[in-house]
Amino acid sequence: MTHDIRRAAAVLGLLAAAGSAHAQDANLARNLAATCANCHGTNGHARGDMKPLAGLSADKIIAMLADYKSGNQPATIMHQIVKGYTDDQIKLVAGFFAAQPAKK
Amino acid sequence: MNATMLQRRHLLAAGAALAATGLAGCAGMAAGPSTGRVVVVGGGYGGATAARYLKLWGNVDVTLVERNTDFVSCPISNLVLGGYKQMADITRGYDGLKAVGVKVVQGEVTAIDVAGKKVRLAGGGEIAYDRLVLSPGIDFMADQVGGLQPALDSGRIAHAWKAGPQTVALRRQIEAMPDGGVFAMFIPKAPYRCPPGPYERACVVASYLKTAKPKSKVLVLDANPEIQSKKALFEKAFKDRYTGMLEYRANAELKEVSGNIAKLDFEDVRADVLNVIPPQRAGDLARSAGLLNMNNRWVGVNWLTMESTAAPNVHVLGDATFSAPAMPKSGHMANQHAKVAAAAILQLLKGEAVSTTPVVMNTCYSFVAQRDAMHVASVHQYDAADKTFKTVPGSGGVSAAANQIEGRYALGWAENIWADSLAL
Repeated sequence: MTHDIRRAAAVLGLLAAAGSAHAQDANLARNLAATCANCHGTNGHARGDMKPLAGLSADKIIAMLADYKSGNQPATIMHQIVKGYTDDQIKLVAGFFAAQPAKK
Repeated sequence: MNATMLQRRHLLAAGAALAATGLAGCAGMAAGPSTGRVVVVGGGYGGATAARYLKLWGNVDVTLVERNTDFVSCPISNLVLGGYKQMADITRGYDGLKAVGVKVVQGEVTAIDVAGKKVRLAGGGEIAYDRLVLSPGIDFMADQVGGLQPALDSGRIAHAWKAGPQTVALRRQIEAMPDGGVFAMFIPKAPYRCPPGPYERACVVASYLKTAKPKSKVLVLDANPEIQSKKALFEKAFKDRYTGMLEYRANAELKEVSGNIAKLDFEDVRADVLNVIPPQRAGDLARSAGLLNMNNRWVGVNWLTMESTAAPNVHVLGDATFSAPAMPKSGHMANQHAKVAAAAILQLLKGEAVSTTPVVMNTCYSFVAQRDAMHVASVHQYDAADKTFKTVPGSGGVSAAANQIEGRYALGWAENIWADSLAL
């Protein structure tokens, strides 16, 4: 429970930081994160070789995606996909996955 | 920005976060009365995902009508043709959807009463809806090739462009082909389901023949002026892996099939196995419902809601839609359409505003041999001015090369999207 509250608090901060343009669309983070589910599993609960995102810290997800975007982290595909999302959208997605329990 | 505004923005954001976490915590346990009845017709990538996400995100009654007992995936089905996967590997059930509260009806919808908001089932029943989701896939315009419909009806030609019995039939034909035989395949003019799929098929069949029947030939007859997806990568695969075995011909229009002969503009081609992928349009149900308002072939949709521009309260997904620019007809994209539709439908049923900034993305992996795959990826953001999805400049792209790592990712993609779509 404490853990959940801490996660929720982290999400609150991130969402606040993500800017007012998206603030009024309550489902935006959820909807954006759902675009990742095809490979990373529903709500980030990936299977097999794919990387699970549920329960990772938002900062870590944002940092990983920034490295893919900059090319610092080589990839087969993520460097191409991440360039389709704005920094605000990435923050929302990261906050959503951070708020998910790590295990399904 | 003054302090009051800042505070207000934080409060709005806090509300958003609570909504998001609340939903995550209460998935499948939504309280209170149902906000509406949604009927989903078609349990492929689009329809299954819509049913699943309507239950995941909302509190609605969802009925999925699907004519088949199981979901059979078109993606990965070319590996069955190569003998590298079995039908069981690409087949999944609907038990996961049932477990999350979707009422799954095995049956056929024969008519849609748009004004009366109900669908009619073969055998006489009716199901009423507040919102209808139609994910009918494609059907074929076989009459554009002389002799094709009878050849398909008799089973002499298998298209294998819908996975299932057709996949099994084509695999049998390939297995029965003599060493030294010709496997000829015909690719229709774009747009068709799965742009890279035909070229993947050519590679995978050639891969199988190279080992099992090395004197054989693969002849790729493409009605298009060039390879339609991952062009350079497929050209490289054709050249590096299958030189001498695989021949590719562009601008090859198939006029007629007669026995084992494919009649092109200026020549006849004899084939031991003739695999014709017919020209396509939106599925029959979309046509009979009068939804084909784009070129009399595809369904125009409002991209914020996926609602048909021809019929109110009818949301159409996947291959059946008139695609946005550079948007492929793929299982992955149908899954993404479904999420846009599910989110919008739940808002509409509550009388609330739909999201004005949806995003969809696509990944298509193609195998060029048993274990080596390559991808094409794209991200599409909604453009409010033009009211359509557009790819983001500088995003997306294709593999540097086909390899085994991407082969593993391709299978991982399949496992995850099947689980996502079917609540496995």
